[in-house]
Amino acid sequence: MSAGGGRGRLIPYLVGLPGGLWLAIFFVAPILVMLSLSLQSGNAEQGFRFTWEWSNYADAWEFYHTQFIRSIVYALIVTALCLVLAYPMAYWIAFYGGARKSTYLFLILLPFFVSFVIRTASWKFILNDQGIVLGPLKEAGLLPQDFHVLATSTAVIGGLTYNYLPFMVLPLYVALERIDPSLVEAAHDLFASRSAAFRKVVFPLSLPGVFAGVLITFVPVASDFVNSGILGGTQTTMIGNVIQTVYLNNNDYPLASAMSFMLMAALLIGIFAYARALGTEQVMEVSQA
Amino acid sequence: MTTIASREAPPDAAPAPAVPGSRRRWTRLILPAYTWLMIAYFCLPIAVMIVFGFNDTKGRLNLRWQGFTLTWYRDLFSIPALSTALRNSLLIAVVATVVATVLGTMVGIALGRYRFRGKGLYDLVIFSSISAPELVLGASLLSLFITLQFARGFVTITIAHIMFSLAFVAVTVRARVLGLDPSLEEAAQDLGADPWATFRKITLPLLAPGIVAGALLAFALSIDDYVVTSFVNGQVETFPIWVYGATRIGVPPQVNVMGTLIFLGGVAIAVGNVLLARRQRA
Repeated sequence: MSAGGGRGRLIPYLVGLPGGLWLAIFFVAPILVMLSLSLQSGNAEQGFRFTWEWSNYADAWEFYHTQFIRSIVYALIVTALCLVLAYPMAYWIAFYGGARKSTYLFLILLPFFVSFVIRTASWKFILNDQGIVLGPLKEAGLLPQDFHVLATSTAVIGGLTYNYLPFMVLPLYVALERIDPSLVEAAHDLFASRSAAFRKVVFPLSLPGVFAGVLITFVPVASDFVNSGILGGTQTTMIGNVIQTVYLNNNDYPLASAMSFMLMAALLIGIFAYARALGTEQVMEVSQA
Repeated sequence: MTTIASREAPPDAAPAPAVPGSRRRWTRLILPAYTWLMIAYFCLPIAVMIVFGFNDTKGRLNLRWQGFTLTWYRDLFSIPALSTALRNSLLIAVVATVVATVLGTMVGIALGRYRFRGKGLYDLVIFSSISAPELVLGASLLSLFITLQFARGFVTITIAHIMFSLAFVAVTVRARVLGLDPSLEEAAQDLGADPWATFRKITLPLLAPGIVAGALLAFALSIDDYVVTSFVNGQVETFPIWVYGATRIGVPPQVNVMGTLIFLGGVAIAVGNVLLARRQRA
């Protein structure tokens, strides 16, 4: 196919160019613009000027470190919950799903056929103070009238866990499914107990899936603001909500850019440190599978 | 149970000679029960959405079951702003899907087929755009539009949707390109087809499943997007934007109905796709 002529060598550039340009202009350039904006000063009426305004970053941290830290803490809790909830399910489907494996996976992916916002709104409906769960319980006198779940961190963490659980199940499943069952049998033949076979054979072999699952759950959860926007209250505001408000309501673009950049940098550094510590190839391999 | 039907799947629980009873209990009872419980949990909000689309509720506040009705299916488009938002979403999704599929397919072919200088950069940009938090995509695009003083609305939403779905299409098509059997194209050329005819008659049809999958993915991503859109929409409302706003005051049952119809449409397409693929293989 690649008939080494001069014209042939240009083909990949020409074919890839339009898409490449689109990503360069609307993905790469905006991030650089955001970096520049985060170092500007001024206001929405008179415009902004580039002044190496590092204080935007200091302000961002000073005003909103609570929400930064809360986002990271929520993301850690949600990732851990997802891992614990997803592993047994992925394990069983991978090893004992038999011919119905793809049916189970399809059922797990069903939520993706409903809009993310509607799914979350549906939880708000289910958990409503007077709704289908709490309403009858309150009428029966089993719960005090002022009991509520919405606007608490429980609701936000619950919503996040629900929405991101499939992202954890899939990479775990992919990694577990690849394990040759005869390795487990061999462990049993060598008189390994059930738990020893799991600890020494299955779990270590599934680690690439764990790494990938943690990564693709943690990053979007830390920057999510739909769940805390719909299910949360003033005490559960995450950094994403702050960024959205500062951009769209306060129009303080430099401050908002600085926050987005801090979030992105924190996540990137986290990803690289994590990938370095645990082996990039494995993470990339499973996340692309 | 179904070892005969499953040709690709490995056999069920490998019957080791001396399986302790507790092991059986785990794999036959506890884990399957847990899995089904989790599947029920996955489906709960969907079931609630569907059921409460039939709720005979008074006004907007759709909270408790009041009796069965089909009113909301009849009055599906009785909230003008919601109908407009849905129409906007569909329009944007169609345009974004077409553009992203064309551009993404070309990138996928370039990356899957050729080795060239700067390929690593392409891979890096595509990987980053898929893994970057949506929040960052939206915030940075907004920064660009603010700096250029570009009016936000339909155009900016569509640009954004093309941007974030392009990489997904590219990755899907690239996987298909890498799986192509080069001998088919060589055969066509041996039979005297010029490169363009070979591409049109051989390569493109072979890539079609990947391109269709990429397009479906792009459509699904576009129609569902709230996060990126919320940064670049200006005054234009899409379906997710409208619903998000409505959650503050109460989501009207029409949203449940629309959600149900979109859900059923999506499931039908997915199941149809699987059945079609299965029949082609058989």
